[in-house]
Amino acid sequence: MNAILAIARKDLRIEWRTRTLLARVVPFALLVLVLFAVALDSEPLLLRAAAGLVWLAMLFAAMLLVQRSFDVETADHALDSLLSFVSSPSKVFFGKALSMFVQLFALAVVLLGAAVVLYGARVDGDGVVLLVTVLITATIGLSVVGTLYGVVVANMSGRDSLLPLLALPVLAPLLIGAARATEAALGSDTIDLANGWAWVALLVTYAVVFGSAGAVAFAPLAQSDS
Amino acid sequence: MKTGTTTTRVLGIFALMITAWVVVSAFFLTPADVVQGDSVRIMYAHVPTAWIAYLAFVTTAVASGLSLARKHRTLGFDRVAGASAEVGVLFMAMTLITGSLWGRLTWGTFWQWDPRLTTTLFLFVTYVGYLAIRRVDVDPVRRARRSSVIALLAVLEIPLVHFSVVLWRSLHQEASVLNTDGDVRLDDLMLFTLFSGVVAFTLIFVWLVVHRQRLAAMSDVERLVGLDVAITARRAESTVGGGGR
Repeated sequence: MNAILAIARKDLRIEWRTRTLLARVVPFALLVLVLFAVALDSEPLLLRAAAGLVWLAMLFAAMLLVQRSFDVETADHALDSLLSFVSSPSKVFFGKALSMFVQLFALAVVLLGAAVVLYGARVDGDGVVLLVTVLITATIGLSVVGTLYGVVVANMSGRDSLLPLLALPVLAPLLIGAARATEAALGSDTIDLANGWAWVALLVTYAVVFGSAGAVAFAPLAQSDS
Repeated sequence: MKTGTTTTRVLGIFALMITAWVVVSAFFLTPADVVQGDSVRIMYAHVPTAWIAYLAFVTTAVASGLSLARKHRTLGFDRVAGASAEVGVLFMAMTLITGSLWGRLTWGTFWQWDPRLTTTLFLFVTYVGYLAIRRVDVDPVRRARRSSVIALLAVLEIPLVHFSVVLWRSLHQEASVLNTDGDVRLDDLMLFTLFSGVVAFTLIFVWLVVHRQRLAAMSDVERLVGLDVAITARRAESTVGGGGR
């Protein structure tokens, strides 16, 4: 547990010193939300699509954060040394996923705020519990899958284009679930709160499945053979 | 060098003969459907391609699992996995194309966001990604391990995609374009033609995978031998020059 926290703390400290999230990823994600608004050009449509657009922006931003998180590790074979310090490679996986979670959660809060301001989405009493649960479960799923596919493409040439190609299809169930549940939480005509909770069940399953898969698969993926 | 043997030649000839029979029967012998008319004939190509596509991905998953689990022949299983995925992507593209052509004729639209279609589409994209990553690594051992893990992760992904799309569709009731479901009443000859199509395409699949993985084995050998040849040449150079060690 200490190792997991130490690795997460290391990643967050790097983030704090370089400010990649604040200086690049948050502006990028906000820009995506603005561009969606310009492209769709209809306020009722935007309000209806707000939840989906927020999560789509989250996926795109997550791709950038994952690249960043593993660029740090591949420089100077840092990942090899990191693996030699811990008793089990899965600790590195969970440590990196944890720091990813903290950053993505902060981003999700910012983007939802932007949806309220830009798209006119409303957060009211009943939906708040559901909304927070969705944010947490979906962000966990996004973090574990991001970390897992991040190590797949780490060290590869052309990884910038490979990561989205590999990770986005896998993230499709998460996108569907998170978008629908968020829509329910924001109050929508097409989906009610109870159905929103049904989607949370899917998000929890998703996070558990890929969390365990990541813990198992991280070792053979991270192992260097030279 | 050749990738063919007597077995593959016999296999290929059988595949061709059965395919020829399917073409004749599908176009000329079988009747048109009462509801769908001649468009039902697309089924004789569509159903077998879909079957092969899924068979290919099961093969890839099993071969990848074996490649990871076993100590020996890991590269061999990995080559089978890669060959099977390549053929699978090809057949899945044909499934999607024949399916949307049929959908245009029957449903009045090329595409519907129905669970089966959507799952197939995501499966297709997933394996395109798998093939993309196979092309990157030069070292066969690392490529085998990495692509095996990705193939097994895809096995986890597909049920989740399917389940989420089923849930998505069931919660979002929207008017469907045309309410004819795809069910066709099949007479004996139609059923036999369909069955022959499946057999023919399965033989073609086996033939393609056998050849493709032999080709992959050859290119792996070629790379290893090529390196040895280069090293020998370099050493010979330095002895001739006299300055070498």
